[in-house]
Amino acid sequence: MVIFVARHLFQPIDPGTPRPLRFEFDGAEITARRNDTVLAAVLASRERCGVNEFDGGGRAGFCLMGSCQECTMWDEDGRRLRGCMTEAREGLRLRSRPHCGSD
Amino acid sequence: MSPALQSDVLVIGGGLFGAFTGLFLARAGLKVTLLEKGQIGAQASATNFGNLRLHGRSARQYPLSIRAQELWESYGSLTGEDCEIDRTGHLYFAGGERGEIQLRKDVETATRFGVESQLLEGALLRERFGFLSDRIRLAAFSPRSAVANPRLSTPPVARAMARAGGTVIEGCEIANFDASSGGFAVTSTDGRHFEAPKLVNAAGAWSGALAKQAGEPVPMFSAGPPQFVTEPLPHRLHPSVHMVEGDVIVRQIPRGNIIFSGYPRTHSLPSGAFTHVPPAKTLRGMRELVQCIPMLARAEVIRVWSGVEGYLPDMLPVIGPSTTTPGLFHAFGGSGGGFQIAPAVGQCLAAVVQGEVSPVDISSYGIDRFTERSEVSEKIHLEFDQ
Amino acid sequence: MQTDTRIAIVGAGPAGLAAARTLVEAGLRPVVLEESPLAGGQGTRRLSPLTALHRSALFGASAQSITRREDAEDAVLKQCDFRTGTLAWACHDNRLELLGPDGFDSLTYTHLVIAVGATDRLMPMPGWTLPGVFTLGGAQVALKRHASFIGQKVVFAGSSPLLYLAAAQYLRLGHRDLTVLDTTPASGKARAFPAMLRHEPHTALQGVSLIAELWRGGVTLRAGVRLDRIEGDSRVQRLRYATARGRDMTAEADAVALGHGLRAETQLAELAGATFAFDPAFRQWFPRTDDRGRAGERLWLAGDSARIGGAEAADAAGSLAAQSLLESLGRAADAHCIRRDTRRLRKQHGFQRAMTDAFRWPAKQAATLADDVLVCRCERVTAGEIRAALATPSGPIEVNRVKSITRCGMGRCQGRFCGPALGEMVASATGDPPGRLRTQAPIRPIPLVFDAGPMAPEGDDT
Repeated sequence: MVIFVARHLFQPIDPGTPRPLRFEFDGAEITARRNDTVLAAVLASRERCGVNEFDGGGRAGFCLMGSCQECTMWDEDGRRLRGCMTEAREGLRLRSRPHCGSD
Repeated sequence: MSPALQSDVLVIGGGLFGAFTGLFLARAGLKVTLLEKGQIGAQASATNFGNLRLHGRSARQYPLSIRAQELWESYGSLTGEDCEIDRTGHLYFAGGERGEIQLRKDVETATRFGVESQLLEGALLRERFGFLSDRIRLAAFSPRSAVANPRLSTPPVARAMARAGGTVIEGCEIANFDASSGGFAVTSTDGRHFEAPKLVNAAGAWSGALAKQAGEPVPMFSAGPPQFVTEPLPHRLHPSVHMVEGDVIVRQIPRGNIIFSGYPRTHSLPSGAFTHVPPAKTLRGMRELVQCIPMLARAEVIRVWSGVEGYLPDMLPVIGPSTTTPGLFHAFGGSGGGFQIAPAVGQCLAAVVQGEVSPVDISSYGIDRFTERSEVSEKIHLEFDQ
Repeated sequence: MQTDTRIAIVGAGPAGLAAARTLVEAGLRPVVLEESPLAGGQGTRRLSPLTALHRSALFGASAQSITRREDAEDAVLKQCDFRTGTLAWACHDNRLELLGPDGFDSLTYTHLVIAVGATDRLMPMPGWTLPGVFTLGGAQVALKRHASFIGQKVVFAGSSPLLYLAAAQYLRLGHRDLTVLDTTPASGKARAFPAMLRHEPHTALQGVSLIAELWRGGVTLRAGVRLDRIEGDSRVQRLRYATARGRDMTAEADAVALGHGLRAETQLAELAGATFAFDPAFRQWFPRTDDRGRAGERLWLAGDSARIGGAEAADAAGSLAAQSLLESLGRAADAHCIRRDTRRLRKQHGFQRAMTDAFRWPAKQAATLADDVLVCRCERVTAGEIRAALATPSGPIEVNRVKSITRCGMGRCQGRFCGPALGEMVASATGDPPGRLRTQAPIRPIPLVFDAGPMAPEGDDT
């Protein structure tokens, strides 16, 4: 039997809710509902929000309440944030890894 | 009463000084027993920053320091294990004018003892270490300096000592010792007995009690620096970096965490059990770090810690024989610089315990040097809460 | 010298809110610090506007009373200096260090109430780091805050009464592919049930009706199972387990909610000077307090962060702590309230004790974890590495030293999720009760430089 596995983790409780907000995550466009969290928006279309630094294993949040830090992401200026504690906003540019640039 | 365990030498204290002393004694064929009140290498030996730096040591200490560096460089063959020694080099920089004067002096001293250290300023400094803030004008780089993981450094030494025939006993706190009948009879707080003709006091910040019992009290106090570690970030800071004034001491480990230490140090609790890290000092350190290395501004601190370290007024350790009690030897009071010199302290003291000539002159580290007129390092005024 | 009274309450969950209510009723205006954007807590978390549409479905007959309670809480908070989005990241010398929407700040207090709740206690298992595995509490927060189900085929696994509650919440919002795998045997619950009924008949019977609701809703329910492993290539695809009769089974799933009860968040209390005692029934360390939550001259602790008891116990404990605080200010005690809250608290704690008996923390599993199972999710430390460290001559034998040598518990979460299992692994090797990982600030990661950037509060055009 072939099991269909969706390429995303989260299921919005109301699949029909409009997704008018747009932001960028690792260069791709993510859509979000009003009052959405960044993490819910990312996991609604992806199966992870980053990788562990040490073994490259996927991470997708764990406690969803700000404690485990596994939904850590960074904005384009390198500020760290927790996807589960951050409200989705139009125009955010986020990434799953910290910057490695010169400054 | 259970019979006393007999040894040639009892070493009190399973920190790096005690473990290395025990290792060199065991390798010389002596029957050594190491008694540790808690766990091997769990206090200052583990909580310090982990610098194996050849910069900024007092002129008196260089011969010992250089000998120690040779021993650290052969740590693998000495212990058969690894403690993440990494020859990162040491970038020493001046935060201000006072520091610049000090730095030039320090580089001159290091060079005099044959330590390679190159002064860097202007374009050369920018080109080699562009991560330093533009306001920093003078630095020096010592390529032979290194770092190690202090948390991992002591147990391999104790294990090597055990393999060489020594005995390690943890969870064994000393209640008192009796030297009235020639040798030493030591009793632990849980009633175990140990006897040996010779005793080494290497109990770190807790050594003062034994010295006092031997009738040679020392003006030692316990303190520790505020330290913190950040989350793991891409590895961009290669050398160990150190402000001469001591406000910023920082390195990044290969896993990516940035480790910070900085003065002023905080005095330990009166019980000697713990040293707090006042949050105001953490915040100050965070600000200072970013002022010196702006590229770290986005890093996040995940944990602070300090340690209980023994300090003496001249910021130098006590190493050598007791002046009151034949057969008693001391090695304690690293004064914030004990980690790097530890293997040489062990090697030198082991020689003295055996009645041999120390490979490096340690006569200036005697326990009898503290009198009312003895030297007080200016660091005591600059690097601690007053 | 008499200084002005400055009362700080950390945490606006049931315990903190009850303390605030009692103090406001006495005419005081405490500072209430809450890390999240909303008051409410975790189990009693306020709903996202996206989930609020389903309020009556989610809460059923309780919806109205919950709304009334939230309105009352808001009315109390209006009379407090209520600061949301504000993390108390350290406490030293009667001063809280804060990181809020405007950056770093500090608050010197004369009286401190800590009520920061609990998070899930977890026993690691193979595959528990795969994307798609969440904590059981997280699965509920997914609904309430993230307006999302954690997956299409969801397994709730572990040992906790909240397995049933979380599954029921998913069911009420229309999820139709749910499985509950309870590792505790039905017999244990049957044994504990009389005690639960005696302490809290209403809650005990609610539990029974919850199970009936799940059964009617077609949720697969299995008790007494053994969880073997979670599998998947880059995410959860299935969970393998054995039934109570030893039959190997596979639950196809794209998400797993894992929980083995709750673990008190004691870090801030420790930094504020609390001392700790090991509670053998809960098998965890709780801060020492008197009967009313007092833990020091200026320190009170209430709710799950002081002792696991649930929302009702937290409410009673918060009120008691505030009564005790008022007494310390020389105010006359309200003997009636103290009697009432003491009775409530005792009843709830009795109930929790029975529950913890029914839904056991699987302490002994720590010793049997396969060597390749990751224990520390942040630093990626395996059970094998921890065991090797414990077995080494002159190696670590105490939990903090094991952390120091192996890095287990040194990561971004600071041992919150690996700590209980690490403690049990060390305990199984030494034969002592599990040790306690010491806390150091900060309570959560803090940036070297604060800079709100694009996360600055909206509507701020300056």
